[in-house]
Amino acid sequence: MTHALEVRDLHVRYGTVRALDGASLTLDHGRVCGLVGVNGSGKSTLFKCVMGVVRPDAGTVLVDGTDPAAARRRGAVGYVPQSEDVDWTFPLSVRDVVMTGRYGRLGVTRRPRHTDHEAVDEALARVELTDLADRQIGRLSGGQRKRAFVARGLAQGATVLLLDEPFAGVDKRSEATITRLLRELAAAGAAVLVSTHDLHALPALADEAALLHGRVLVHGTPQDVLRPENLALAFGSDIREVP
Amino acid sequence: MSPLDLLLEPLTYDFMVRALVTIVVASVVCAVLSCWLVLIGWSLMGDAVSHAVLPGVVLAYVVGAPFALGAVVFGVLAVVLIGFVRDTSRVKEDAAIGIVFTSLFALGLVLVSVTPSQTDLNHIVFGNLLGVSGTDLVQIGALGAVVLTVLLVKRRDLTLYAFDPMHAHAIGISPRRLGALLLGLLALTAVVALQAVGVVLVVAMLIVPGATAYLLTDRFSRMLLVAPSLSAACGVVGLYVSYYADTASGATIVLTQGVVFALVHLFGPQRGVVTTRLTRRRLRTPTP
Repeated sequence: MTHALEVRDLHVRYGTVRALDGASLTLDHGRVCGLVGVNGSGKSTLFKCVMGVVRPDAGTVLVDGTDPAAARRRGAVGYVPQSEDVDWTFPLSVRDVVMTGRYGRLGVTRRPRHTDHEAVDEALARVELTDLADRQIGRLSGGQRKRAFVARGLAQGATVLLLDEPFAGVDKRSEATITRLLRELAAAGAAVLVSTHDLHALPALADEAALLHGRVLVHGTPQDVLRPENLALAFGSDIREVP
Repeated sequence: MSPLDLLLEPLTYDFMVRALVTIVVASVVCAVLSCWLVLIGWSLMGDAVSHAVLPGVVLAYVVGAPFALGAVVFGVLAVVLIGFVRDTSRVKEDAAIGIVFTSLFALGLVLVSVTPSQTDLNHIVFGNLLGVSGTDLVQIGALGAVVLTVLLVKRRDLTLYAFDPMHAHAIGISPRRLGALLLGLLALTAVVALQAVGVVLVVAMLIVPGATAYLLTDRFSRMLLVAPSLSAACGVVGLYVSYYADTASGATIVLTQGVVFALVHLFGPQRGVVTTRLTRRRLRTPTP
């Protein structure tokens, strides 16, 4: 069986800094995986390799068992950015942002067709943002902003969804909505990879978890990864303060 | 003199008609481009590229090549050099931009000073809106039409590039290629506008209209209408003012754009500094 995402022995260096040092990870369709690690552990770099933003010095990435560039052109890879990476004053509406998920399927001018508008409406309905669709994206709450980007992945029809810190700055209710959405996506066959600091959210959200520190130290159930001796490997000694 | 005469009198001069058409074309093209430049944070880059194309234009003149070619070559060279200085020294990007574009611009001026010509290379610096010839106008119109067409055809991709280049990557659209496209269009625009209005006015026209429109609307599609309309209006008003006040045409137009930006910033309906203060005060003192 082919994996939704397969990362094999990935090495990335920025100058003298080793961002990834032999990272390997596989993720199957229908699963939600939490990617846990401190800042600088290589979570963003791993995502960037899957998206083709960073070309690894060594190692391979496969999406659905195929070349990731071809998979990206098919729209298989969806991405929900970290809040601080988004310009929230940008003059686009929620609907505009969700529509960019369809761009890979559109012609030269990216003029949306009827089916694209339908897909966007459906995605907006699923994340419960239909009423706010015409708002400028900065005029949403933290949780609504995340849901808008999840809707973009939905409209795109992504089979591998990458989320960078989706729970940062998000209220409890939105966290629950996002968790439910991601579970539904997985149930429909998507592979969902979520980078998070939020260890509390992990058991409810994820089927599995991977502890990253340049390479994947532990990959197993969330309970495995959350064992103090494992967390100590990735987070250092002050981890005992986290229950 | 009736108000209509005030408007029509200047148009009895052919040079004023050409100036008017030129400023409208240049305003519209620059303003549309400025919407993206302002949002990406490329205003300084616009400044740099529009200065740095000068040696390219002069060299093209010397060897008899199209100005546009020389401009694009030097526009790209400027960006490459800026990246090189930034990445290989401890100098930060703003300083790298400053070093590269002033050096290239100075090189252009030196080349102008040693190039024997009866033509208007000096006008590239300060512009010569009132001296635009019929041939110039044709060239400006043709290049402007090309740039505007490409911008409008690729507008959704360019907006995606400005907003979320990572997502562009993730769906297999190359942000690098879109960035290069925008840069090429910037160099072409610079050459469109340089001959007619000079480098100072080009920089203003590449930054102010987009910034003003950004303060006025939350919709990018509306920015693409507001910016060129405002810019063309400022160009026409500035030109008329300069005609009657007998002031420098290019500078008067830039001044008009600056004044409109200031007015919008202070009194704009949603985000004007004064407007929001007044609204807040009204909310604080309950009406009886």
